[in-house]
Amino acid sequence: MTTLKERKGAQQESSNPKLERSARRRESWRGFFHAAPAYVYLTVFFTLPLLIVFVFSFASRSRTGRPELEGWNLDSWARLGEPLVRTIVVRSFTMAIFNTLLCLLIAYPFAYWIATRARQSTRTLLLVAVLIPFWSNFLVRTYAWRMLLDSDGYITQIGEFTGLWGRMLFTAPAVFIGLVYGYLPFMVLPLYAALERMDWSLVEAGRDLFASGPKAFRKITLPLSKPGIIAGSILVFIPSLGAYVTPDILGGAKTTLLGNYIVTQFGSARNWPFGSALSGAILFVMLLATVAYFRTGGRTV
Amino acid sequence: MTDSIAAVSLHGVTKRFGEDVVAVDDVDLEIRDGEFFSLLGPSGCGKTTTLRMIAGLEFPTDGSIEIYGEEMGISPPNKRPVNTVFQSYALFPHMNVEDNIGFGLRMQKIDPAEIRTKVGEAIELVQMTGMEKRRPNALSGGQQQRVALARALVNRPKVLLLDEPLGALDLKLRQTMQLELKDIQSEVGISFVYVTHDQEEALTMSDRIAVMNEGRMEQVGRSEDIYDSPGSLFVAGFVGDMCFLTAEVVEAGAVRLSGGEIVRARTSDAAGTSVTLALRPEMLHLYAEASEAPSGRNAVKGSIARSVFNGGTMFYEVDIGAGGSFDVRVENKPSMRRWDMGDSVVVDFHPEAATALAQ
Repeated sequence: MTTLKERKGAQQESSNPKLERSARRRESWRGFFHAAPAYVYLTVFFTLPLLIVFVFSFASRSRTGRPELEGWNLDSWARLGEPLVRTIVVRSFTMAIFNTLLCLLIAYPFAYWIATRARQSTRTLLLVAVLIPFWSNFLVRTYAWRMLLDSDGYITQIGEFTGLWGRMLFTAPAVFIGLVYGYLPFMVLPLYAALERMDWSLVEAGRDLFASGPKAFRKITLPLSKPGIIAGSILVFIPSLGAYVTPDILGGAKTTLLGNYIVTQFGSARNWPFGSALSGAILFVMLLATVAYFRTGGRTV
Repeated sequence: MTDSIAAVSLHGVTKRFGEDVVAVDDVDLEIRDGEFFSLLGPSGCGKTTTLRMIAGLEFPTDGSIEIYGEEMGISPPNKRPVNTVFQSYALFPHMNVEDNIGFGLRMQKIDPAEIRTKVGEAIELVQMTGMEKRRPNALSGGQQQRVALARALVNRPKVLLLDEPLGALDLKLRQTMQLELKDIQSEVGISFVYVTHDQEEALTMSDRIAVMNEGRMEQVGRSEDIYDSPGSLFVAGFVGDMCFLTAEVVEAGAVRLSGGEIVRARTSDAAGTSVTLALRPEMLHLYAEASEAPSGRNAVKGSIARSVFNGGTMFYEVDIGAGGSFDVRVENKPSMRRWDMGDSVVVDFHPEAATALAQ
């Protein structure tokens, strides 16, 4: 081993440093060209619109509701402190956290179960099953839930037959059913990826070292699947914070959430600057949270 | 030793995977208190499965396993008085050296102060002082191996199970670790059950060896017995170098080679049985004339067909015509006589050095 390494090192030393530098430069240029389409796309369709949103948040609103790009002010940002906004933010965060926890609780055993199937073909089949819903439109699927949960829907009928529940449409449970249904795959996939990579002999070692089954899970499996838990939680939490299709269709838009509120600002309320400020604020908070999460989470595993 | 209770005993243990895979086939085995016992065999022979059944990581389909007289049944690994050193070490990547070693003690809810003392002693035993706070990925293969050993030994198991623990190390380090392991074993006095496919390693380290093949025990005995008097053709071929000749038993203690030469050998089969004569190349000697060879032994005439210089030894292939050929190994020393291709020689060997094995 060492001799091989030494020889490699010697070879590098003997080569021409100037040639090597130009080779490295060419390498990095090639990398840039490979990434160029993505850069261009993201700049045009992501960064620029985001900047526009940011700029609009400082604009003022004319009496007719048209945003005016003069008379720059911080009025929209100041409105973020209003009690109504605070209530909506708390409500949305609570819902997103609860949805993330529900997804985690449901997805973890399922991902664990898939990852521990011995046959690769079985695993692939189960993963495809997780992805099948994506083959049809999210809106269509949410409307399908609406039918199931409505008075004459199967789920309501079953509930009434057993006497366990009634019509759930336009209630909080309906919203959570829809949200969990919609975001579960985003939790299952990273968890599966983490568990699939697991070295199960570590769990065996734990059992051999006097850990009971649950204890070995808590001390070994769980900490080692932490990257998957973090990734899945972020993937579920962020979109559920801004969710508005599901609360609208299944919740009947009875309570205002961040997503609906922002849509309203750009729509019927005709207050683009305030909508922009709201969007910008959420984006900023989420970005900070994500960075902080990865900073602390990334190091422990 | 003989009257003391066996450390581990297996009675008719069979392990099937699915319908038709028999990993371990009706094995009876007794591992004595305090001995260094090796399970030796090629990959897929069932040695690791046997070890895993003792550890409780697999359960026998049939038969029973006792550890110091206690029937194990289907008790889980955490309820057994044994610990394992895994093939890939299986060190917890999210814990440092100290926490890895203390894991078993923490799981047994031992007083933290006592854990600290014991972990410190274990670290000293495997010479890893100063590395307490390192994560496994910051350790070399040999160091990881030591941590894995300390992590198991710190619990003072009644039996330590080792699954090819040196397999991933390079040759030099492996040889050092072999001796070190042996020293540690005699220091702690715990029975070691050691799984390996490396016959040299098994011979070097073990008090006794069980040679396994296709799920069955081929032979169980002291290292010397396994080497000097292999009980089956498989053991003869697997352990050490061996040269084989086809022969037929003439009478007790004598066989006829295919070329008609009659030689004296150790036999256990009836006259007329076709056998394979197994000889260790280093137990054969070469002479120019039969008269030079010591009397009362076997002497077979042949000619040098091949010679290979191997550093410490010189290897010759001696063609004896219809009978086949002998492999002879001669130690390289100044007094050694060198033979050239085509030289006619006499192969001399003691009757005890030739074992006739049923085919």
